[in-house]
Amino acid sequence: MAIPFSYNLRNLRLRLGATVMTAMGIALTVAIAIFIMALLAGLKAAFVTSGDPLNVLVMRKGSQAELSSSVDRPALQAMKYLPGIARDAHGEPEVSPEMVVVIVLPRRDGTGEVNVTVRGMTPMGIEMRPAIHLASGRWFNPGQREIVVSNSIHQRFGHANLGDTVSFGKGEWTVVGVFDAGHTSSDSEIWTDVNQMATDFDRPVFSSVLLHADSAVAADALAHRVSEDQRLELDGMLESAYYAEQTKSGAPIQFVGTVVAFIMAIGSCFAAMNTMYAAVAYRGREIATLRILGFSRPSILTSFVLESIALSLLGGLAGILLMLPFNGMTTGTSNAVTFSEVVFRLQLTPALLLKAIAFSAIMGLIGGLAPAWQASRRDIVAALRS
Amino acid sequence: MPTAAETTIVQARNLQKSFKRDSFEVKALDDVSIDIAEGEFLALMGPSGSGKTTLLNMIAAIDRPTGGELLVMGENIFRLSDQQSAKWRNEKIGYIFQSFNLIPVLTAFENVELPLLLTKLNKQERRDHVLTALKLVGLEDRVHHLPKQLSGGQEQRVAIARAIVTDPQILLADEPTGDLDSHSAAEVLEIMTRLNQDAKKTVVMVTHDPHAAAYAHLTRHLEKGMLLPA
Repeated sequence: MAIPFSYNLRNLRLRLGATVMTAMGIALTVAIAIFIMALLAGLKAAFVTSGDPLNVLVMRKGSQAELSSSVDRPALQAMKYLPGIARDAHGEPEVSPEMVVVIVLPRRDGTGEVNVTVRGMTPMGIEMRPAIHLASGRWFNPGQREIVVSNSIHQRFGHANLGDTVSFGKGEWTVVGVFDAGHTSSDSEIWTDVNQMATDFDRPVFSSVLLHADSAVAADALAHRVSEDQRLELDGMLESAYYAEQTKSGAPIQFVGTVVAFIMAIGSCFAAMNTMYAAVAYRGREIATLRILGFSRPSILTSFVLESIALSLLGGLAGILLMLPFNGMTTGTSNAVTFSEVVFRLQLTPALLLKAIAFSAIMGLIGGLAPAWQASRRDIVAALRS
Repeated sequence: MPTAAETTIVQARNLQKSFKRDSFEVKALDDVSIDIAEGEFLALMGPSGSGKTTLLNMIAAIDRPTGGELLVMGENIFRLSDQQSAKWRNEKIGYIFQSFNLIPVLTAFENVELPLLLTKLNKQERRDHVLTALKLVGLEDRVHHLPKQLSGGQEQRVAIARAIVTDPQILLADEPTGDLDSHSAAEVLEIMTRLNQDAKKTVVMVTHDPHAAAYAHLTRHLEKGMLLPA
């Protein structure tokens, strides 16, 4: 049997000051790591949950985003009657020509202006997104300068209350409704009538066309058919795949976050190492006594490594506690594909918390190895005299 | 009449221990040969730096000679690997320190239990052994006290309980009364005498104190690393 773990825990308690200081340093590192991971998890969730698996998004061949795409009216007509497209109760094909522009809105809290996506669509476009529903007010009327804003835009930006007006295109647009898009990327959009937008922006073409297939197989077939039609020169892809691709917007956060967390982790390893070296120096005679009682070098090594891991886990738990209040907090980032702001929630998932715990344990292991090795290699006679 | 091999528990032949300090060679042990009989209570005396503790540490296999041979219970302990000598010490040797060396964060019970954690005994058996050992040193009412809640004499008695809990054949004591007042010292020495006489433990005690040495059957003196004639 090994040296009892309670020996290590009680020693951590005995030197409470050093333990708390080191644990707090580790806690901050873990908190930063959790923050970055939660941001990325939220961002991923915003995109991955966006997009109906039966919807096919059609854009110009080679376009990576709706903003740089164009689809003309003859192509729209050609696509409307492709096989596999679902029809609504009135027998109308479920096809929505859409136009996307980016406008600038001031933040409600006065911290500057942010790009926001305005999406023009037909009423069919609303029907094709059954997951999104009206939270208050009503949907826009075709042929009117009326807009419906998402919940998060309503909360985060000025001039986004019912009855407010927003100026873009050729005039003032009135907010007539607020929609709830859950936490999908539509939660960062403003919706309006596509034809009114075409008039205001003098655009004869659409940005994209959304097709709703009658089955998953048909959706795949539709996407292929559109892409392979030489006359159309368009690309069709599943809407869910398009949004999944956009999680790349998180790459800069991921890069900077990883670098910061890595540098802080190195600092924390040194903090743990420093504390453990002090512990080993302080307990030289205890270590020698344990060796004389018959405990082997490996059991001394294990004992001190475990103590370092316990110290680090304490910091990890404190870091998690520090971050808990931020769970579910909403924030935004600039989407590199659409040049507009994407709103998402910080999500502290169980998997993420497990990762944070593993992260702190690894810091403890790395920080504790050298001092524990020194403890196990100390000459008994010399240590007894210490 | 038993043969010498049967009754001798420690057999040292021409033990040498030297090390370099600056450019001088210091001899901690200089050609020490000694036989210690089983059941003996031997006191090793001598001035500081005479090599008493070095000899004791060699018998415990925690220090190695630079020359000579040492058999303890017939075993050439310097041939043992590090791990083997740790196990051997746990089973055969009880060590008592001048400054007790109890683990400050563990209770008297837990301190005494430590060496038993390396044995195959189950929890209940360990408990029985620990309580027997603590009772033997008269501390059955201090089981859950931390070292800082005990007097010096009591601490040393816990340390003795820890040394005997695995029922080793040899007890090695390095100035066991050096940090104690005369009353506590007498208590500790009486316990050691009892362990020698009743439990038949072989006791080797390093001491400066002639009063302590008086409890032993035999006293040998070291000086400048050499064992003086008996």
